[in-house]
Amino acid sequence: MNRTYELMFIVRPDMVEEDLDKLISTLETAVSSTGGTVKSVERMGKRRLAYTVRRFHDGVYVLLTVEGGGGLIHELERRLRVTEPVLKFLTVRIDDEQKRLEKIKKIREARKKTSAAPAAPAEGGGETAAVTA
Amino acid sequence: MAEETRATTAPAESPAPAEGHGQRPGPRGPRPGGGPGGPREGGRKYFRRKKVCKFCVEKIESINYKDVRLLAQFVAESGKIVPRRLTGVCTPHQRRLSSAIKQARNIALLPFAGRAN
Repeated sequence: MNRTYELMFIVRPDMVEEDLDKLISTLETAVSSTGGTVKSVERMGKRRLAYTVRRFHDGVYVLLTVEGGGGLIHELERRLRVTEPVLKFLTVRIDDEQKRLEKIKKIREARKKTSAAPAAPAEGGGETAAVTA
Repeated sequence: MAEETRATTAPAESPAPAEGHGQRPGPRGPRPGGGPGGPREGGRKYFRRKKVCKFCVEKIESINYKDVRLLAQFVAESGKIVPRRLTGVCTPHQRRLSSAIKQARNIALLPFAGRAN
């Protein structure tokens, strides 16, 4: 069962860049070893936290988009929980939402076409009529 | 009908202050707007614009927890989710909105209580 998940996590702001690189690469290897694929890694950079977490006011946000099964998420979350500099993490399943959005997009495009189609020939007809007249 | 409207609007403007000296101005005050004018204009003293769902009007389909700017519009200063009856958001969108706000709270993008500092 392949599903797409979004894994957002916050690491402490005083973490060295190289350590973060290391953490991300270990997560990536963990993903590939459990049979998933990493779709994208986005570093959102340092951000102010809305409330203090472990006495930190800031945090470095990282967004990981992963494709795989539930076991993969279980493993990733376990790793994040164990990793000390990770302040918080959140996993959200996004494939159903993406599907829904695509569906809506399709419907909208179809509606646009149907609404545009009768209008266009009518205009064209009007023009030709004007030309012939 | 036309005479009636003239009759009600005219005394409201001119003789009301004159009567106000003799009688109490209190009961006279709200009447011109609320009493006779109200039922004709739809039963309400002030005309209130109908609230519309922002997400339906602007066709915003994806309510994502990462979009803090969008979500912050529907969070009160105290950190509470603003109810539908105040914002006018339709039920399906409010459902998604509230879950997105809750996700954003969990990842410290929005505060649980109080203002984000």
